[in-house]
Amino acid sequence: MAIKDYIRERFFPHMWCPGCGHGIILNNLLRAIENLGLKKNNIVMVSGIGCSARISGYVDFHTLHTIHGRALAFATGVKMSRPELNLIVPMGDGDALAIGGNHFIHAARRNINMTAIVMNNRIYGMTGGQYSPLSGYGTSATTAPYTNIDHDFDVVQLSVAAGATFVGRTTTYHVQQMVDILQKAITHHGFSVVEILTQCPTYFGRKNNAGDGVEMMKLYKDNTTSIGSKKKQENPDLIERGIFVQKELPEYCDEYKNIIARAKGK
Amino acid sequence: MEKSVKFVQGNEACVEGALYAGLDFFAGYPITPSTEIAESLSFRLPKKGGKFIQMEDEISSMCAIIGASLTGSKVMTATSGPGFSLMQESLGYAVMAEIPCVIVNVQRGGPSTGIPTHISQGDVMQARWGTHGDHSIVAMTASTHQDVFDITVDAFNISETYRTPVILLLDEVVGHLRERLDVPPPGDIPLIERLRTSCSEGIDYHPYLPREDGRLPMSDFGGVHRFNVTGLYHDMWGFPSDNPGVVQGLIRHLVDKIQNNVNLLARYKEYHLEDAECIMVSYGASARSALHVVESRRVRGEKLGLLELQTLWPFPEQIVREKCRNAKHILVVEMNTGQVMEMVKSSVDDPGKVFLANKVDGIFISPTDIRNILRVVQGKGV
Ligand SMILES: Cc1ncc(C[n+]2csc(CCOP(=O)(O)OP(=O)(O)O)c2C)c(N)n1
Ligand code: SF4
Repeated sequence: MAIKDYIRERFFPHMWCPGCGHGIILNNLLRAIENLGLKKNNIVMVSGIGCSARISGYVDFHTLHTIHGRALAFATGVKMSRPELNLIVPMGDGDALAIGGNHFIHAARRNINMTAIVMNNRIYGMTGGQYSPLSGYGTSATTAPYTNIDHDFDVVQLSVAAGATFVGRTTTYHVQQMVDILQKAITHHGFSVVEILTQCPTYFGRKNNAGDGVEMMKLYKDNTTSIGSKKKQENPDLIERGIFVQKELPEYCDEYKNIIARAKGK
Repeated sequence: MEKSVKFVQGNEACVEGALYAGLDFFAGYPITPSTEIAESLSFRLPKKGGKFIQMEDEISSMCAIIGASLTGSKVMTATSGPGFSLMQESLGYAVMAEIPCVIVNVQRGGPSTGIPTHISQGDVMQARWGTHGDHSIVAMTASTHQDVFDITVDAFNISETYRTPVILLLDEVVGHLRERLDVPPPGDIPLIERLRTSCSEGIDYHPYLPREDGRLPMSDFGGVHRFNVTGLYHDMWGFPSDNPGVVQGLIRHLVDKIQNNVNLLARYKEYHLEDAECIMVSYGASARSALHVVESRRVRGEKLGLLELQTLWPFPEQIVREKCRNAKHILVVEMNTGQVMEMVKSSVDDPGKVFLANKVDGIFISPTDIRNILRVVQGKGV
């Protein structure tokens, strides 16, 4: 199936700003889905609220555009009722880890089979550039006029600690890697997290003198490296990209099937 | 099949009703005095192939049942005051996206953590207006276990018919009291199943286009129709829209589908209303004490009657007005500072004849409490 068969064409051009990274994620997510040959009727995309969350409006799947921070909780209900469906849950960094942080760690802990995509632009785009839990110390935001004193999460470490059985990270610059990791995450049988560094030139870029979309993507090229690379050893400040965890553990809906069998046996 | 006779708590009567109605999925978080509902369903649901999950909080519980409902499951959650407060945002989502679900609130004393193990009926107005924005809602209650059972089945039927969340406002006394329950054989109480679209694959399906009778046929997530569900104002396909016509049309539809059917949705019981000079209006556990007073005074020839409300929202104004028309006094018996009394006042012809018999100290309102207030109302002294 061609990419355009996966989208709701009448809603294009999309609402994202010129240079925004969210469109690159949409494009490569659809490529991953196309490569996997998934049927549209078998995909449910659940999103929360934010610029990132608008992604669900553009795809021709079953789409559930919910409330801020709760996408994974809605997705849990869908998945438990219909375990055979593929659940894809794209979220902004605020959506996933500020207001939605609790649902994030608990979904990971349960190892319920779905793919959480953290579209990390280190800022609240939709509400106009306030700092997020991923902005990081020393950054600027409309609510951090004297610079930000909040420290950020490491999404990868957090996910691993919470029990996610697949954890990857990439950027909007590394699109081939993005497609590859997303494919593996979607086919992974368990809770998978893919953090994608994505640029918000309109707010993060402007507030932090990071330049336009293209310049911000160049930063992803310069500031990141493959997991365990020589470059990382030489420069520990580089952000690692790749698949950090990929392991098979009992999946939640499978476990619940056993519960049903046990209950019926009683 | 024979009916089965049980001796259960009100919370269990609610569980029996939900299972009878075809509950498939429950998500919840423990809280007194509703916890027995979750405990019981964790045992009962998987036995029939249903699903139970204890979520990380009440916010996620409410979200999870909405997600499950979209796949075609009959869903429920149960909580009490603090949890009910946490559910308000997603409850509004279910109103906006028209997703059938049942929310049980076994009321305890509030505000805040309040008095967890004691009775209150303080969440009546929260049930009506707890979530932000203009909207309409259905909330029901009951005073005996048989009625809790029936009203729970009814709640599922109504939520499927109107594509709306239905709130079951039970209270601590009804929830924890034990009494007899007869569970009727399957089929005795008719069940209303979700109306599903007859559009076949490839035909443009409109999830938000009401039929002539006002009902909106659904299509399950995972089925052949892919559509969008959102909490934003949306068009008939479910896509966001800020077109003033669409916005106005949707809010009118959401309110009218409930408010135009107030009498159809009204459930109530009446005792000795025909010639009653004094009518008590009550609901939930309070109605048990009110009924006791009515029956015991009737023996002595006093013309007392009881109107027991089971549908609290939409408030059955016309029914209350008509039933109370000839009464000299109307005594609203409830366990809050007058939430239903205000509604009764605005419903009847003469609000001056409406009085309140209430108790807000966590102790169940007794027949003696009511009798004492009755003396004052009837001008028989304090
Ligand atoms: C309960 C609630 N609180 C606040 C908001 C306002 N709000 C909307 S989007 C958003 C943050 C968006 O940031 P992020 O999730 O990082 O996504 P982005 O827009 O950057 O893609 C906030 C705070 C809301 N919609 N709901
Ligand atoms: S505000 Fe930022 S995140 Fe939102 S669309 Fe614009 S660039 Fe993208």
